[in-house]
Amino acid sequence: MLEIKDLNVRYGGIHAVRGIDMSVPQGSIITLIGANGAGKSSTLRAICNLVKKSGTISFMGEDISRLPTREIVKRGVSMVPEGRRVFADLTIYENLVLGAYTRKDESGIKNDIEWVYSLFPRLKEREKQLAGTLSGGEQQMLAVGRALMSRPKLLMMDEPSLGLAPLLVRDVFKIIQKIHEEGVTILLIEQNARMALKVADYAYVLETGAIALSGSGQELLQNQEVTRAYLGGV
Amino acid sequence: MTFELFLQHLINGISLGSLYALIAIGYTMVYGIVRLINFAHGDIIMLAAYFVFFGVGLFHMPWWLSALLSIVLTALVGMGIEKAAYKPLRDAPRISILISAIGVSFFLENFGIVVFGGRPQAFYSPKVFQGVIKLGNVSIINLGIIIPVITIILLMGLVYIVNNTRTGMAMRACSKDIDTAKLMGIDVDRIISFTFGLGSALAAVGGIMWGLKYPQLHPLIGIMPGLKCFIAAVVGGIGNIPGAMLGGFILGIGEILLVAFLPGLSGYRDAFAFIILILILLFRPTGILGEKVAEKV
Repeated sequence: MLEIKDLNVRYGGIHAVRGIDMSVPQGSIITLIGANGAGKSSTLRAICNLVKKSGTISFMGEDISRLPTREIVKRGVSMVPEGRRVFADLTIYENLVLGAYTRKDESGIKNDIEWVYSLFPRLKEREKQLAGTLSGGEQQMLAVGRALMSRPKLLMMDEPSLGLAPLLVRDVFKIIQKIHEEGVTILLIEQNARMALKVADYAYVLETGAIALSGSGQELLQNQEVTRAYLGGV
Repeated sequence: MTFELFLQHLINGISLGSLYALIAIGYTMVYGIVRLINFAHGDIIMLAAYFVFFGVGLFHMPWWLSALLSIVLTALVGMGIEKAAYKPLRDAPRISILISAIGVSFFLENFGIVVFGGRPQAFYSPKVFQGVIKLGNVSIINLGIIIPVITIILLMGLVYIVNNTRTGMAMRACSKDIDTAKLMGIDVDRIISFTFGLGSALAAVGGIMWGLKYPQLHPLIGIMPGLKCFIAAVVGGIGNIPGAMLGGFILGIGEILLVAFLPGLSGYRDAFAFIILILILLFRPTGILGEKVAEKV
């Protein structure tokens, strides 16, 4: 579904992503793990064309590497940005409506808002509140719900469990699996590598901007190098 | 001072404040999204007034049609300035775009002097605006009522657009977080262009009414109102639309009452705004309704 070839991202003198090749097959959960600064976020931002880059990115067989972000969103790629980035001065309802900005089908949007509320009942209770008043976990739910409002085929999540209490982290992963069951392909960045590898079909390990290792989630969970470097284990 | 006289001054202040409010909004909206003080905004007022002047004087159009065309034309000029002078610098350091704004301002002023001529012209004012209404002992010229009424209608319209429409929601989203707004599929370029157009159209109405109130037209007419309205936006809290309205009214009413109560200081009329600016920057740098500086989770 998503094919990335020789992706490079440079910020001034820093070469943050160095020639990454990766692919995200339809219906899968793919995860990207690695230390801070390994180039995970830059990769996602490059896919959405939020940063300058070189290389080719194709989505559903179409080259999207030169399209403006809004066209990429329209084609079915949606992203939950790092740090949630909900619009704090807008209500929860308005945040969700903005998530559907590329759509014109009023009644479909209404239905999907109800659908998001059924996934996250807490959001419905607080519909009219400003998003800035939500707790961190609730903001994460809103960020995910907002990303779903564009009816994505591919949902990219940048560290959705960052800064959340362990119980909430488990909720987030349950939600990821639930969304996946609805037929959405998922590309996940996580610092919680163990959880990510458990749900992932396939995983890439990034080190200083390049892919150091890749394999199925299970394989990497067994891999000693990965265990030592990212799972804080034996 | 009698109560009637006070009322008279107050109404005067409100109508001056209305003009400041209309113009200040353009500064604040643009700042909210692009983080730019658009120094050319004051000169936009001058252009709007000249457009009406030429519409009536040169093309013999009815006054109302000239005014309408002027508003549209001014909005287009505002959008054009953004495309030509600010958009190419959007990723450049903030100071570059600010310098570009100052450059556009100088350009418009000198363009005015060369093309329109430096000699002051009389701004044509239709009779409807000049009649006098008597309320008891208070007599007000029609304009003193018409300006605030038009302003309030426009401000309500603006608040409606910003709070209740899709575009307004997108504007609010862009003013908080451009990257995330892009991720929503918002066409940020279009929203910025719309913001410049809307701000310039409001400034045009302000400029035309300014011409009616002070009917002497010359190419540097926009400088002082431009500066004062920038101050009004800062006083209210730059980036905050109700703040700009409030700041405009505070400045307008304050200025008129200062002259009314302390006629000896009437020479300091223009200084009043700058004193307020200094006080605000000293004691409440974010402005009256300004955002708290830290709100990130």
